Amino acid sequence: MVEELRVAFGGVTALAGVSFTVRPGTITSLIGPNGAGKTTAFNAITGYLRPSHGRVSWASAPLGGRPCDIARRGVVRTFQKTSVFPTLTVFDNVRTGLHLRARASVWSVLAGARRVREEEARIADSARAVIEFVGLGDRRDEVAGELPYGEQRLVELAIALAAEPQLLLLDEPAAGMTGGEKERLIAMIRRIRERHVTVLVVEHDMKLVMGISDTVIVLNHGRVIATGPPASIQANPDVIRAYLGSSRAPA
Amino acid sequence: MTRRALAALLAVALLTAPSWLTSAYHLHVLIMAGIFAILALSLNLLLGYTGQLSLGHAAFFGIGAYTSALLTLKLEWSFWPALVSAAATAGLAGWAIGRLALKLRGAYFVLVTISFAGVISLVSVNWMELTNGPLGLPGVPAPELGPWSLRAKAAYYYLVLAAAALAYLVCHRLVHSRIGRALVALRENEPLAESVGIDATRYLVLAAVISAALAGVAGSLYAHYTRFVSPEVFLFTYTVTMVIMVVAGGQGTLVGPVIGALLFTALPEALREAMAWQWQMLAYGVVLVALVFFLPKGIVPSIERMRRGLPRSQPASRPPLQQC
Amino acid sequence: MEQLLQHLVNGLVLGGTYALLGIGLTLIFGLMSVVNFAHGEFYTLGAYTTFGVLALAGWPFFVALGAAILLGAVAGAVCERVLLRPLRGESIDTVMLVMIGVWIAMQNTELLVWGGVARSIPHPFPTAPLTLGPLSIAPVRLFVVAAAAALIGAAWLLIQRTRLGTAMRATFQDRDTAALMGVPIGRIHTITFAFGSALAAAAGALLGPVFLAYPSMGDLASLKAFSVVILGGLGNLAGATLGGLLLGIAEELGAGYVSSGYRDAVGFVAIILVLLFRPAGLFARAERIG
Repeated sequence: MVEELRVAFGGVTALAGVSFTVRPGTITSLIGPNGAGKTTAFNAITGYLRPSHGRVSWASAPLGGRPCDIARRGVVRTFQKTSVFPTLTVFDNVRTGLHLRARASVWSVLAGARRVREEEARIADSARAVIEFVGLGDRRDEVAGELPYGEQRLVELAIALAAEPQLLLLDEPAAGMTGGEKERLIAMIRRIRERHVTVLVVEHDMKLVMGISDTVIVLNHGRVIATGPPASIQANPDVIRAYLGSSRAPA
Repeated sequence: MTRRALAALLAVALLTAPSWLTSAYHLHVLIMAGIFAILALSLNLLLGYTGQLSLGHAAFFGIGAYTSALLTLKLEWSFWPALVSAAATAGLAGWAIGRLALKLRGAYFVLVTISFAGVISLVSVNWMELTNGPLGLPGVPAPELGPWSLRAKAAYYYLVLAAAALAYLVCHRLVHSRIGRALVALRENEPLAESVGIDATRYLVLAAVISAALAGVAGSLYAHYTRFVSPEVFLFTYTVTMVIMVVAGGQGTLVGPVIGALLFTALPEALREAMAWQWQMLAYGVVLVALVFFLPKGIVPSIERMRRGLPRSQPASRPPLQQC
Repeated sequence: MEQLLQHLVNGLVLGGTYALLGIGLTLIFGLMSVVNFAHGEFYTLGAYTTFGVLALAGWPFFVALGAAILLGAVAGAVCERVLLRPLRGESIDTVMLVMIGVWIAMQNTELLVWGGVARSIPHPFPTAPLTLGPLSIAPVRLFVVAAAAALIGAAWLLIQRTRLGTAMRATFQDRDTAALMGVPIGRIHTITFAFGSALAAAAGALLGPVFLAYPSMGDLASLKAFSVVILGGLGNLAGATLGGLLLGIAEELGAGYVSSGYRDAVGFVAIILVLLFRPAGLFARAERIG
């Protein structure tokens, strides 16, 4: 749940008081013309930006602090620009995502304790499972930075999923994907919801948004201008006006 | 020859070295190589894995050397607790630097490490009551294991060998664990690493502490071998040598720095007759530049690539996590 | 009180040359993002060139100075062209390592050519100190202050008033636009590096006769240059000038009132403290030129 989030920097108010609620177990989309403040909202929620005002809470507790603390609460995000660990293999990328699933301390690692080895084996299994889920099974030992763009986005998704989020924030996951890749992505997001993960998506592809969302929230000029199920948003005159006023119109 | 066979052969050769080496001088070279291998491994933790260059590593080396020397000379401690204290003191210094690294990266971190080393160096020269200033501390006692003194070269060789093996083990275990993965992740893409719960603060400090502690161990071993400590341990030449060992050997691998250490300890000794040390240092400078242009990943990874039949790499891309 | 003034004056002498070093490095590190650990070696080059021209070739002092500055510029240009340009897109660490290599190579070349013994550089000024009221200052030091001021002024003029300076500022502010406007980017990079190195050489040529020339004099010079750049803020000409003067005065006061053994620590401590507390530099509000 986001309350009255305000973010201002450099004399520009990116978010001027945004409030919305995300229902657990649903897929919610955050849309709006370019510059409406969607990624800023993500950054503020996940700790990459400090808001000048407002509160965010998740699972009845306030959410705040550094990104790593927020991840520990089960809130994980992806990034707008493709973000992987470029020189690592897909396998190692995902194993890194599983970081929080292990508990080994420095001392037990240095001592080579058996518990550490068992944990590593479990992590390897989990990594393989996640890689299969996103459909990159045959790419497991390839270096992530050398994969084609669409597959790198899948690696990104795999890393986020590996962190076992309860709330997953996807920042333009379909950007640059082909039609076929988008279809697969839609199916994957639905399967993620079936695993009781709440999803919050920022997207520009309207067909995708209207196709998978339970709720759509529309942002413009740093404010929420509409909330509701996809059908009502598509018919909402304010929304249409906001988009016609910019270069894009809802498809 | 398979890797394992090669490693086994090497292990046997090293274990029996005092018997088949013809002169005590060669044993001396191996001992120095061992000490530098520990240093190179420690620098590699920071440079190769965490991706931060510390040009002040000589400070940790020196702190370890002085701590160990002072404890055994002035407080008459036995070598072993002095060794541990050396590691702990250096580790503490590493903690301080690690905390600084949080705010600074890249070139600024380098500058801070140089400045730190500079200050420590000045302290060691000027604080006469503690360190005897430029005159140094002579007569550092040799270690004793129970009733035996480890003064003899062969005995000290085994001590250094054991320490180097331990250092290698520590690095190996660290690197191949989630901690190692976290360090590499922070180097590769810090925001992404943070988004999956990796605490940059914690891991950078950890890397710095372990790195510094290892360097402190090397310092202590050095002090009790040469049995004399002076501010010269802070000389920039040591740092430069360390950096060359890591960069030439292969940053981001474990075997690389060890090979680098062997190479750049043996090489100067071998060339000592032929070349004055100024020429060697000049060569080092040229070698460093050449390495960056032609062999940026270092010797070991380049050999790996050749074996796998891959094309030669271009400069600057970071080496992948190596399995060695 | 006289002691204080005396220290201040000595501090100005040092500070003027530190400012020269700092301005050169702020262009190279601040604008070009090259971590130039070899900056001090150009300083050394300047000092030894002056020595060589004076003591060996026997030419006049000012010719020696000019030669030092010229050689510094040429060496800098060569360095940029041969080593830095091919690495232009690479990470800052790679460039750093290369410059460390250059540092070691240059220093040991000096060592081999001139030997490790410190050299005294002759100068044409009378050795008897001038007395201005309560202060006494050696004429050569007065010359150093004047020359440094002149060079600093010239540098300012170049950057702020000439077309070349405008081109430099444009290149480092927005390279692509500058390129589109027809600015020869490659040449600007070379010129900037050469200019920075020439200033360093000038500093060496000026300070050499005041102190002594020895091969490792560049080490401290590099670090103090970085210190000045950090104090003043990257790319900040005014900051570098003020920072240089500040460092020189602080060192002199520290050496006079606290302890002379730790005088070099002032620069180190400055780096650490500023980076910890005011990483943008003490004079951060002043405008960056790039």
